[in-house]
Amino acid sequence: MRHLLGCADLSATDANAILDLAEEMQQVQSRPVKKLPALRGRTIVNIFFEDSTRTRTSFEIAGKWLSADTINVSAKGSSVSKGESLRDTMLTLDAMGVDCFVIRHPSSGAAAQVASWVRAQVVNAGDGQHEHPTQALLDAYTMRKHFRSLGREGFAGKKIAIVGDLLHSRVVRSNVLLQNLLGGEVVLVAPPTLLPTGVENWGCQVTSDFDAVLPEADIVMMLRVQRERMAGGYFPTEREYTAGYGLTEERLRALKPGAGICHPGPMNRGVEISSAAADAANSLVLDQVASGVAVRMSVLYHLLGSDEGAMR
Amino acid sequence: MSLLINGARLADGTITDLYLKDGVLADPASAPAGVERFDAAGLLAIPGLVDLHTHLRQPGREDAETVDSGTDAAARGGFTCVHAMANTSPVTDTAEAAEYVHALGEREGHCQVQVVGAVTKGLAGEELAELGMMADSKAKVRVFSDDGKCVSDSLLMRRALTYVKAFDGMVAQHSQDPRLAGSTACCHESEWSGRLGLPGWPSQAESVIVARDVELAALTDSRVHVCHVSTAESVEIIRWAKKRGVKVTAEATPHHLLLDTPLVASYDTTFKVNPPLRTSEHVEAIREALADGTIDVVGTDHAPHARQDKDHPFDIALPGMLGLEQALAVVIEVMINTGRMDWPTLVQRMSSTPAALGQVPGQGRPLAIGEPANLVLVDPTARAAVDAAASKSRSRNNPYHGRDLPDPVVATYWRGRQTYSR
Repeated sequence: MRHLLGCADLSATDANAILDLAEEMQQVQSRPVKKLPALRGRTIVNIFFEDSTRTRTSFEIAGKWLSADTINVSAKGSSVSKGESLRDTMLTLDAMGVDCFVIRHPSSGAAAQVASWVRAQVVNAGDGQHEHPTQALLDAYTMRKHFRSLGREGFAGKKIAIVGDLLHSRVVRSNVLLQNLLGGEVVLVAPPTLLPTGVENWGCQVTSDFDAVLPEADIVMMLRVQRERMAGGYFPTEREYTAGYGLTEERLRALKPGAGICHPGPMNRGVEISSAAADAANSLVLDQVASGVAVRMSVLYHLLGSDEGAMR
Repeated sequence: MSLLINGARLADGTITDLYLKDGVLADPASAPAGVERFDAAGLLAIPGLVDLHTHLRQPGREDAETVDSGTDAAARGGFTCVHAMANTSPVTDTAEAAEYVHALGEREGHCQVQVVGAVTKGLAGEELAELGMMADSKAKVRVFSDDGKCVSDSLLMRRALTYVKAFDGMVAQHSQDPRLAGSTACCHESEWSGRLGLPGWPSQAESVIVARDVELAALTDSRVHVCHVSTAESVEIIRWAKKRGVKVTAEATPHHLLLDTPLVASYDTTFKVNPPLRTSEHVEAIREALADGTIDVVGTDHAPHARQDKDHPFDIALPGMLGLEQALAVVIEVMINTGRMDWPTLVQRMSSTPAALGQVPGQGRPLAIGEPANLVLVDPTARAAVDAAASKSRSRNNPYHGRDLPDPVVATYWRGRQTYSR
């Protein structure tokens, strides 16, 4: 594999290799000198056509800790506003000798299109409503650590509930694909208006009854409710949404003992997740952020650092 | 120009000679001994094809297409008449604009250019364009369409249908409920749109407008034409409406007859078209409807785009694909070669019926003595891989590039003049 465009492109071997190496990479995080020479002399451009703080910073730190030269390009709207096509923008940067593009774009498929145009390798850092593979990988990494902390190994038999705006979420698509590879059991929970067409064929359970799922879930992953969706008539009011699909204090108490709480952020406290749940002892939200750097180091290393790497 | 074509087979199987003289078909027996001859043994001679749905992009986007290049592509595809859609810049919504395009066609066209006038001013969907003045102009506009946009206001659509009755005009509708298929919709709403994360375009966004429009056509006793039918639901409504006697006609594009949704999985914007490529079940319904006459004509929706307008992410790139040069090839492949349709029916769907709907004199006529010499010589067995670079169009958004298809057009004659020869 030359690029990481989505979890649809991964095999179980690829995914496990990335997660395993991420464990080693995470040790760098606790060192006083956080630097490995693995990608010295390699140039990574983080090109973000959409606002992002955590993903861009996470990729930048990952690249720097592997000694790559990382450059951030905030390209939001630029190719359109200046009249240049995405293709020309990317070919221009590619001509400068870039080794890898980490690309975030509001359009589905943009990373795949860029990969078909440029010589450099491409990592999809989120494309529209399509995929966000490194988010799913860091989620899986975080869950795996959590399960181990409870003395349990692997994903087999584990139930992962993903709750919220599934229709517009790239995180959910990548998570379902990855968990299907790793053996986890995904349950999708959303109001019927926020379910993607054809979701019944994704190989996971789908329901609108959050309360029925709560006592069974080993992980509850809450997705952000985008307030602009309300104007789209997807659900009547924020209050009604929270009543049906929010991880309220009451629902927090109904969780299975040891169940972990995830959220890819940014969180709307009081809407899809209560502060009590976000800050609970079993909240894995900050672990997800910390894991992000290690997982992205692993991904970059697999793509750029080794001719024999799992993804070559 | 005089030319004696020897031994051509007509659509009904008759072998005949055709004598092209001064723009009409003359009696072959009257051809002088030294006249130029063309041996057409093994070839079919059919009336020149007529397209009700072509985007020539001139005026305004001459980088994508011109009347010259677009009609050159049309001649390459066997067409002797195309209807130039109104969504140019400026929009063809006045008599002057219509006459300008008409004059361009007369001066630079490699086939006849019939002007389609806009239904509403600026295609804005708010006020009627100068329908009557366009009809009375030198362009003699008879087909009106806001194609690219739907006339979604029911009352305005009713008035447009009522108004054009005065000159037996026809409103050709781009059926797309603008709310149900939002402004970013670009993929048939299905498991594919869900997986690919592309905004869905449900088939019902088309059929609800088709249903409304046939009711309005019934109410007004006027002619409505459904552009580029893409869904099984629309087909069923049209079938039902025809049984009721409503004056509704419909067209199918070559691409909706051959291509389907999975092609979009590559995010190759060549395959972005509006309405989108549908699933194989819809494709099958379109083929069946074209065969049984529920869909009356093939309309190419030839939509050339400059590369810079396609080199964008899928949801942003402009929709549309080329169609004129491979239209006949596609219809032969999916309708003739599969035994669904015979040649006389193909002639109806691609020549005589569109000419009648567009009220174009001299087009879609039988190949008989005294008729205008508009015809195409066809090799029904030739095949070739489509090469987008070889296109006569200025644009390269050809969805058939690399595909092995029939390569039927040997020569095209318009007003007795050869406009294409292989």
